[in-house]
Amino acid sequence: MVKSNEPIWWSLFSAGGVVAAFFYPVTIIITAIAFSVNWISAEGLRELAGHPLTRIYLFLLIFLPLFHWAHRFRYVAMDLGLKGLGGILPVVCYGAALLGTGLAVFFLVWA
Amino acid sequence: MFMVRELTCLFVGGYALFLLILASRIGDADGFSALLQHRLVIVLQVIALPMVLYHTVTWLNLTPKVLVIWRGESRVSPVLIAAVHYFAWFVVSVIILWMVSMYR
Repeated sequence: MVKSNEPIWWSLFSAGGVVAAFFYPVTIIITAIAFSVNWISAEGLRELAGHPLTRIYLFLLIFLPLFHWAHRFRYVAMDLGLKGLGGILPVVCYGAALLGTGLAVFFLVWA
Repeated sequence: MFMVRELTCLFVGGYALFLLILASRIGDADGFSALLQHRLVIVLQVIALPMVLYHTVTWLNLTPKVLVIWRGESRVSPVLIAAVHYFAWFVVSVIILWMVSMYR
């Protein structure tokens, strides 16, 4: 049997799909609509974002959906005719998701 | 519609990027507020909302296919499994809005 990394990417894709499905609509409503109609202020949101539990929430909402994007986009891009990039496409997609995750750790934990 | 579902990933990825930039500005009050107020950012989020909702609906509708539960001899209704997930999604969203309302 040939060893493959596919199950890892698929699990992250799937976990990201769940997180985006459950938490993205309400979070977009907060950062776009609730903010635009002055239901919450930028300062209130910033105070909330600084809370340790919100940092964990934001980290999960960045990390997992990035891998969801990476895995799905990899196949979408191939369907849209970028087959020639077959070799480099996964490296670019998963690499971007890894970079984003690293930056999220930096911004939410260290900074 | 298959392609629309697949293309929702662009909005999921785009919003993740927005949250990452927002996270980078937690320590910078002016930058944080400037990003939230940016016209283009608001317009993109308003476009992203229906796309993300479409992702949620397609994702939750698949839950009975992934989660096949047997109760003795009979299979638990797929509609019930999906309904439980929709209910959980609703409850979670309300709880988050309630927690955010404490920072108003």
